[in-house]
Amino acid sequence: MSVLVVDVEKKMGSFNLTARLQAASGVTALFGPSGAGKTSLVNTIAGLITPDRGSIALDGTVLFDSSAGINMPSYRRIIGYVFQEGRLFPHLSVRQNLDYGRWMTGRLHDADEFERIVTLLDIKELLDRRPRTLSGGERQRIAVGRALLMRPRLLLLDEPLASLDGARKHEIIPYLVRLRDEAHAPMVYVSHNADELRQIANHVVRLDAGRVVVAGGVELLG
Amino acid sequence: MLNLTPAEWTAVALSLRIAIVATAFALPLGIAVGWLLARINFLGKSLLDGLVHLPLVLPPVVTGYLLLISFGRKGPIGAFLNEHFGIVFAFRWTGAALACGVMGFPLLVRPIRLAIEAIDRRLEDAAATLGANPILVFVTVTLPLALPGIIVGVVLCFARALGEFGATITFVSNIPGETQTISAAIYSFIQVPGGDAAAARLVLIAIVLALVALIASEWLSRRAAIRFHGE
Repeated sequence: MSVLVVDVEKKMGSFNLTARLQAASGVTALFGPSGAGKTSLVNTIAGLITPDRGSIALDGTVLFDSSAGINMPSYRRIIGYVFQEGRLFPHLSVRQNLDYGRWMTGRLHDADEFERIVTLLDIKELLDRRPRTLSGGERQRIAVGRALLMRPRLLLLDEPLASLDGARKHEIIPYLVRLRDEAHAPMVYVSHNADELRQIANHVVRLDAGRVVVAGGVELLG
Repeated sequence: MLNLTPAEWTAVALSLRIAIVATAFALPLGIAVGWLLARINFLGKSLLDGLVHLPLVLPPVVTGYLLLISFGRKGPIGAFLNEHFGIVFAFRWTGAALACGVMGFPLLVRPIRLAIEAIDRRLEDAAATLGANPILVFVTVTLPLALPGIIVGVVLCFARALGEFGATITFVSNIPGETQTISAAIYSFIQVPGGDAAAARLVLIAIVLALVALIASEWLSRRAAIRFHGE
């Protein structure tokens, strides 16, 4: 069953994104070389880029439909987004970063949920620190926690390990695998690294030059 | 050491009140204009930028005169405000605050604009994906990250307001107890024989106030910068 249905066109300078894809529950890998349009595609799903034409639907809710004039703003989509560079708020503590989505959506503190995610990501020791004092790997774990704690209907991860060296990558991957097995939200995982995706993905969508070339199982990773 | 007469204390207190009120009213407008200039491209942007900076380059007496003919009792804006809201600026301390606010405005806007331009907008995108609407993004991300620049702007505007002379005396004159600030009082004292001692006392106060404002701003903005950005 498809959870996310995307069919969008967007012209960005000389680059054309023309992507059609469906993603089911579990982890869908967006795979392809640099410059294939992976980040642009994920940004259109999050609502940070408005497509020229097409539609995006999640769980039957229309997020974008150019023919019907629908464009739900980013802040109403409730899609968790883990950025390549983390993008933690430098003026807030780790705990405040984690709570940010809950504050913005006006939910009460849920101690069990907070505890569960803090344990899942092993970040209890970091709660009172400032983002600038964290290592790259710690920052990405906080970024994942922050996205999860807003109870997303979909989780987007854009090269979450790209800024980390080999050892740090191996430190994070087990958390992401646990996340896949324990979290209920479907995930779209962007990477150009086949090894990384083989450990995490359930489905693979291959993107090249702004187009979906092929979609299928992990065997596409070669 | 400082034996100020009641009249001198009045001038000091009045100066502080005028500078605080001028800065407090200028601040929200300064943040709005700084944001507008930093973020939005619109027709007439250069004109607005020019208008904001005009008091910095015009002779203060010209600014004061322009305020007098527009905000005076018979001026178009002054007459309107008096008739409909009972607000009078002419020859009142509120008029002095208006003049000081106008004179300090360019010094307030510039650092705020630069601070907002320097913000990583990707953080604002991140906030939006976390459910923050544009107003919440502004309040919880943009504003706190621009805080060091806002502090600098506030102190510069306050210091300018505290020392303003030309526009104020042109617009609201030099009335003891109403519009006679430290600067105007010093000017009056050195015009009369034997006023040197009183002028010297006020000069000392002016120097101390300016130094305190500068040191406070340095300390505050360094603290804010360390807190947000590390070193």
